[in-house]
Amino acid sequence: MNAPGMNASGMNAPGMNASVLRVEHLRVSYDHPLGSVRAVDDVSFSLRAHERFGLAGESGSGKSTMALAILRLLRPPGRIDGGEVWLDNIALSSLSDDAMRRLRLAGIALVPQGSMNALNPVLRIRAQIADALGDHDMALSRSDLAARVRDLLGQVGLPPEVAEMYPHELSGGMKQRACIAIAICLRPKVIIADEPTSALDVVVQRQVMATLARVQQDLGAAVVLVGHDMGLMAQFVDRLGVMYAGRLVEIAPIAEIIAAPRHPYTQMLIASLPSLERKGMMQGIPGLAPLLRDLPPGCAFHPRCPQAVARCRTERPVLREVAGGIEAACHLA
Amino acid sequence: MTLLLEARHVTKYFGGGLLDRDSTVALEDFSFAIDSGRPSITAIVGESGSGKTTLARVLLGLVAPTSGTVLYQGRDLHALSGAERRNFRRDIQAIFQDPYGVYNPFYRVDHVLTTPVARFRLARSRTEARGLIEDALRAVGLRPEEILGRFPHQLSGGQRQRVMVARALLLRPHVIVADEPVSMVDASLRATILGSLRQLNQERGISIIYITHDLATAYQVADNIIVLYRANVAEAGDVERVVKAPQHPYTQLLITSIPQVSTERTWLNEQPVAQRIAPGQTGCRFVERCPVAMPVCQTMPPPLSRTEPRRVVACHHHPDPAGAQQNVLADMFVES
Repeated sequence: MNAPGMNASGMNAPGMNASVLRVEHLRVSYDHPLGSVRAVDDVSFSLRAHERFGLAGESGSGKSTMALAILRLLRPPGRIDGGEVWLDNIALSSLSDDAMRRLRLAGIALVPQGSMNALNPVLRIRAQIADALGDHDMALSRSDLAARVRDLLGQVGLPPEVAEMYPHELSGGMKQRACIAIAICLRPKVIIADEPTSALDVVVQRQVMATLARVQQDLGAAVVLVGHDMGLMAQFVDRLGVMYAGRLVEIAPIAEIIAAPRHPYTQMLIASLPSLERKGMMQGIPGLAPLLRDLPPGCAFHPRCPQAVARCRTERPVLREVAGGIEAACHLA
Repeated sequence: MTLLLEARHVTKYFGGGLLDRDSTVALEDFSFAIDSGRPSITAIVGESGSGKTTLARVLLGLVAPTSGTVLYQGRDLHALSGAERRNFRRDIQAIFQDPYGVYNPFYRVDHVLTTPVARFRLARSRTEARGLIEDALRAVGLRPEEILGRFPHQLSGGQRQRVMVARALLLRPHVIVADEPVSMVDASLRATILGSLRQLNQERGISIIYITHDLATAYQVADNIIVLYRANVAEAGDVERVVKAPQHPYTQLLITSIPQVSTERTWLNEQPVAQRIAPGQTGCRFVERCPVAMPVCQTMPPPLSRTEPRRVVACHHHPDPAGAQQNVLADMFVES
């Protein structure tokens, strides 16, 4: 997966490192008997230190695939077939599997989707945190380990007794907090949270997201939040990337996206959200997301786009800067 | 006047009976009524474990209440004759959460549509049956040629859920009980499916009971709302009033917890702080989490008070101006 123009050592581009995470021209495919399907197509974005970046899109847009690809956790038939991910100045593709494994948690960590299944049901929470620490050569004495576990649980707002509990004894919100505790145990620079609250009800969701925001600030880490809830994005992230059919179609500061979304898909994604202010504002997006194996020519969104013109049917729009800090892939933007 | 569907003081315990200490209260003293003369959409909103799915199953006659009765056209569901039961099965339709689990993967989608037509003898010929099915599919915004003859895995979740709405529609019911019909479909499709439900209500006079954890979609589709908290009604009434001016602290908490698409970012701050009051066995269910709990809340369950003509609240902060009344909830929805 070596992209052209990168040297083999994995160290590159001095002076370009204001960002902690850079994704450059990432491509991911899934092999399939009917031909391989590109789930992430030429996606680039970067994450500044302390920044909260959102990746939004419908199911099948490639957002979760991208999260797994960044962590090199994709399993066949999925594979990365181009591009590079940089964590500080380390090219992740240059690392051995073992080096990558050591970098996970220590440099970049995942808070998984639906933590119902992410924890080991037959181990106490203490043992699961100890596993993560032990796997990264943190040889701690028994009492140091106990103190570290207590400290981590405290950071995510869980009482110390939780250490001795099994996952089934915890509520959904507590399990998600336990997952956050594991994710932050080695103080990573980047936390990738893949729909961390999709299985929780709104009151608990708010508490878990507040916890995530606080630990992120304490660590000085950056966060990538993957999800489809534009309300959650509006309240949590600093910048948002919107994905459609495997491509980024818009990237902008969140306030810009809420105030003046440039891409018609982003506009419709926001309009599809039910409002508590006014009735009758909720509109669906007509049609269905396209099959990745059979994308329409031109702009992939044009069959569902109410604003499409002739050019949209033939020429694929590229992501370009349309105003300061705002990029959109639309001929009309 | 005979009510179409009515729940009278329905209580449901799981595991053991009324006196069993280990039993779980799923629904407590719930009363509700639907009048066929005025088709409406009622949303039943609550978090996991609030009893909303139990309520759906009780109303559908799928579980028997521990105490209290459910009546269909004035007759107890458990005393219906064969023919009456058949009418009930046809008149009250259900749509469930999972648009994957309800299909048999080995049968074409047509199967879920042809079965009720045959079972209830809705058509005299194949052609007539085909016509009915195609009309039902069109009514929910599907193109029959894209749906019929396919297998379930060839349709999207949104399409499958709309086929379930079409199936319910085939039987020309008076009531559809929809239990979380959109929680498993994409946000962009939710609006379309809920729009179909709204349309069935307005154009065909079908009453809809929309059960959900999502207060925002409830506000968008419903006329009335019932907020459940741990097996009890916290607040109920006209959806516009309840959402715009919530009176129960739990409803207030629910509303402020929804992240809004807005450039105002206040959602992560201002977490309401609950007063640390030990949970009372006898008091208000919400007392442990309530920011405005009083000593009386620990010892006495708050009665439902009618604070407005079309609103009831179970909170000691809102005593009933007219004094305690029987059956305020059921009355509220059927009185004109």
